[in-house]
Amino acid sequence: MKTLKIARPRPTGGATGFITVVVIGIALLLGLPSIFSTFGLLQMTVFAAMAIFALSQGFIWGFGGILCFGQSAFLGLGGYAYAVAALNMTDTTGAVALAILVPMVFAAGLGYFMFYGRISDAYIGVITLTVTIILFNLINSTSGDIYHIGAAPLGGFNGIPSVPPINIPGDPNDQLDPTGLWYAAMGALILCYIFLKWVLGTRFGRVVVAIRENETRSQLLGYDPRLYKLLTFVIGAGIAGLAGCLYTNWGAFISPTVFNLTMSAQVIIYVLVGGLGTLIGPILGAIAIQYLIVLAGGQHVIDPNLLLGVVLIAFVLLVPQGVVPVIRAGASRLLGSRRAPAAANMVTADALPHSSAQQEPGQ
Amino acid sequence: MDLTGLLGFNVLVGIGTLALITVGLGVIYGMMKIINLAHGEFMMLGAYATYVSTAHGINIWIAMLVISPLFVGLVGLVVERTLIRFLYGRMIDTMLATWGLSLGLIGLMTSIFGNDPRGVSTPLHSFAIGRYDASLYGIVIILAACASLIGLFAMLRMTRFGLIVRATMQNPNMAAALGVAPPRIYMATFALGAALAGLAGGVLAPISGVSPVMGAAFIAKAFITVLGGGAAIVTGTALASTIFGFINEIVSFKTTPVIGEVALLLAAVVMIRILPQGITGRFLRRSL
Amino acid sequence: MSVPLLEAQGVTMRFGGVSAVADVNFVLGEVELRCLIGPNGAGKSTFFKILTGQLRPTEGVIRFRGQDITGAHPHVIARLGVGIKTQVPNVFNGLTVREGIGIAAGRRKSLKRARQIVDETMELLQLTPIAGMPVGQLAHGQRQWVEIATVLAQEPDLILLDEPAAGMTHEEVLRTSELIRMINQKQALVVVEHDMQFIRMIAKTVTVFNRGRILIENTVDAVLADPEVRDVYLGKQTH
Repeated sequence: MKTLKIARPRPTGGATGFITVVVIGIALLLGLPSIFSTFGLLQMTVFAAMAIFALSQGFIWGFGGILCFGQSAFLGLGGYAYAVAALNMTDTTGAVALAILVPMVFAAGLGYFMFYGRISDAYIGVITLTVTIILFNLINSTSGDIYHIGAAPLGGFNGIPSVPPINIPGDPNDQLDPTGLWYAAMGALILCYIFLKWVLGTRFGRVVVAIRENETRSQLLGYDPRLYKLLTFVIGAGIAGLAGCLYTNWGAFISPTVFNLTMSAQVIIYVLVGGLGTLIGPILGAIAIQYLIVLAGGQHVIDPNLLLGVVLIAFVLLVPQGVVPVIRAGASRLLGSRRAPAAANMVTADALPHSSAQQEPGQ
Repeated sequence: MDLTGLLGFNVLVGIGTLALITVGLGVIYGMMKIINLAHGEFMMLGAYATYVSTAHGINIWIAMLVISPLFVGLVGLVVERTLIRFLYGRMIDTMLATWGLSLGLIGLMTSIFGNDPRGVSTPLHSFAIGRYDASLYGIVIILAACASLIGLFAMLRMTRFGLIVRATMQNPNMAAALGVAPPRIYMATFALGAALAGLAGGVLAPISGVSPVMGAAFIAKAFITVLGGGAAIVTGTALASTIFGFINEIVSFKTTPVIGEVALLLAAVVMIRILPQGITGRFLRRSL
Repeated sequence: MSVPLLEAQGVTMRFGGVSAVADVNFVLGEVELRCLIGPNGAGKSTFFKILTGQLRPTEGVIRFRGQDITGAHPHVIARLGVGIKTQVPNVFNGLTVREGIGIAAGRRKSLKRARQIVDETMELLQLTPIAGMPVGQLAHGQRQWVEIATVLAQEPDLILLDEPAAGMTHEEVLRTSELIRMINQKQALVVVEHDMQFIRMIAKTVTVFNRGRILIENTVDAVLADPEVRDVYLGKQTH
């Protein structure tokens, strides 16, 4: 057997890729405040929050094989948990912790319900979608003074205004200004990236990916896929909750729209466009799409929904792997490998277990 | 007594509404096992078709019962040829692409008609159940739902086309070997499902108001009712609509419509957990 | 009389009106090597699925070293020490050879020990030269070996091989038979195969399946000389 040198696009980017990303991230973290005005910095901050949101979806979907159509549920729970807690506590450190923990607890319950109930992968999409709609309906109808948690009125469709910003832990009077919030958001993004990269390198992370590759084989080797999926789901929820906390801070405001279908659709688009099966892909996808939305919102020629819809369809039909794997594949082809990397390494939405890849419809 | 009567009537209307909005999605899912996330927007197109027709003086019954289904059926045909047929067998990709289609249609209609909800006036008025007034239009909804289900059943059972559809559903390769072209059947079925969605949108337009985002209110309910119903199109839709519609109305009556809706969704989620193949995955498996 | 490694009593699997497996009684001792043969559709692979927990039998009991494992989850049965190379390949296409075998070797073992197992297993199956290749890009015969290596790295006490020689060249078949004999020094094996030459190379006791039932169980020579077995394969048997 001859040994063929094939440059395979490693889903986790390899060591050089990782270091490059982190270095660029730190450079942006420190450098951007000098370049951008306050308004621009605020814009970047929400991009960072959405990037964290995208990371959570990209992690559970691209690596865990969990198709969640309702990740916005955890974004919203995190956002609301922070808002309610911050209005009730003097120091927001507890509020930030709750923003991460509340979605995780909810995900633990929902995940147990789904993964231990033998529900097929496609149905997980439907159920999570339904859950986020349930949450939207519930929170949306909480207008009126009787709906409050402690000092925080839930506000119904009006949302919760005047949410206190994050303060430096231990010093409630030292609240973050826009620059400080940028540091927090970008710092959180870099930390989440590093964290997930680390998780994927652990034994746990490898098994998670193996289960996505072939759930049957993983089971036959003694691994319980339900438990691994549950833990992956919970981790993703925590990260989405963190994004929600930052999102609330960005506007000092949270409303039920965070639970709506558009939010759920957007995060899926971020991941699909950026690249399913990578970590940097969702980040770049989030920034690109967010930027596109900002541009589209500013003009009146094309409706933003129309634009998003066309983008989603185009990517599903033409570039199902997303941008980053295509770029990586192109780069490795250029850098002199003898054969092009196989499609087996590219994760597309349907290359997940239990979905019929090459079957006739109706079977 | 009057209250029971009113409640009973509302329950029937609720079940009818649910059945009406579900049946189109059920046809597509039952046939091709794809989940069309643009279903709510197909309904929205049907509602707009009725609105535009009536605004141009066309009789509302014709607008609702003829124009809307035909128009959306045509749209469905185009969508199937240009988008869906490339994605057969790829369930997740179909969900994503139809989600994109849904966003696109919302955007398109917003561009054309703007955000403001339009109204279509209810053609009938109220009648009395004892001391209470009930809307006569509720009867229209119930009738439309029954007509859809019965018509579908009759088509599947008694027509040649229905036989071909059933054969293709069960074994497309065999059907192909016998001279049927499955792609044609899928095209026709998708158009039929779209037409039924258009019908639902048209019929419900006077009640729900017509706006580009109206579909969102229906998609989750329709979706979850289809999955709860299972593979049998007619029986599944009928059974699931009955159970979920009943729960929806009773809880709405006792609390608020929002809580009623939440109850419906929760009940369906629990049902799918217990019966992952839907009701007709376990009971009445051989029915249509 | 010691407890058998594997014992199946009255195992039946019905799908609707069809019995894929009907009233099968099967006993396997520690470190025993058994071959399962029979025409297509005889129920061999279904039986394997039942043994590994992928299917719950309609009737019957399965015991592993005396412990009832009927209908247990596949991962539970795997942890008890059962490994299977399935008829349809079940490998990690997107992982490299080394990574995939590493998943099998790494459960509940130290990193050092796991690495050792991976290296040894790859060496044994001559996979070391292609350790860094994605499994999805390998030729069919190589993928078979990767799957066998993955199962071996699990270090199971019972190895089920469903058509291990399928699609292999003659040299590869020879190597596989040597491998099986070597594995059998410490581990029990049940091998399903159609290739009679291969069966002759490795077999001691052969169990013949037909239409979900066990037709006959005997030494390889006795079975292959049996006229009933021959009829079954040539389709003359109607029952």
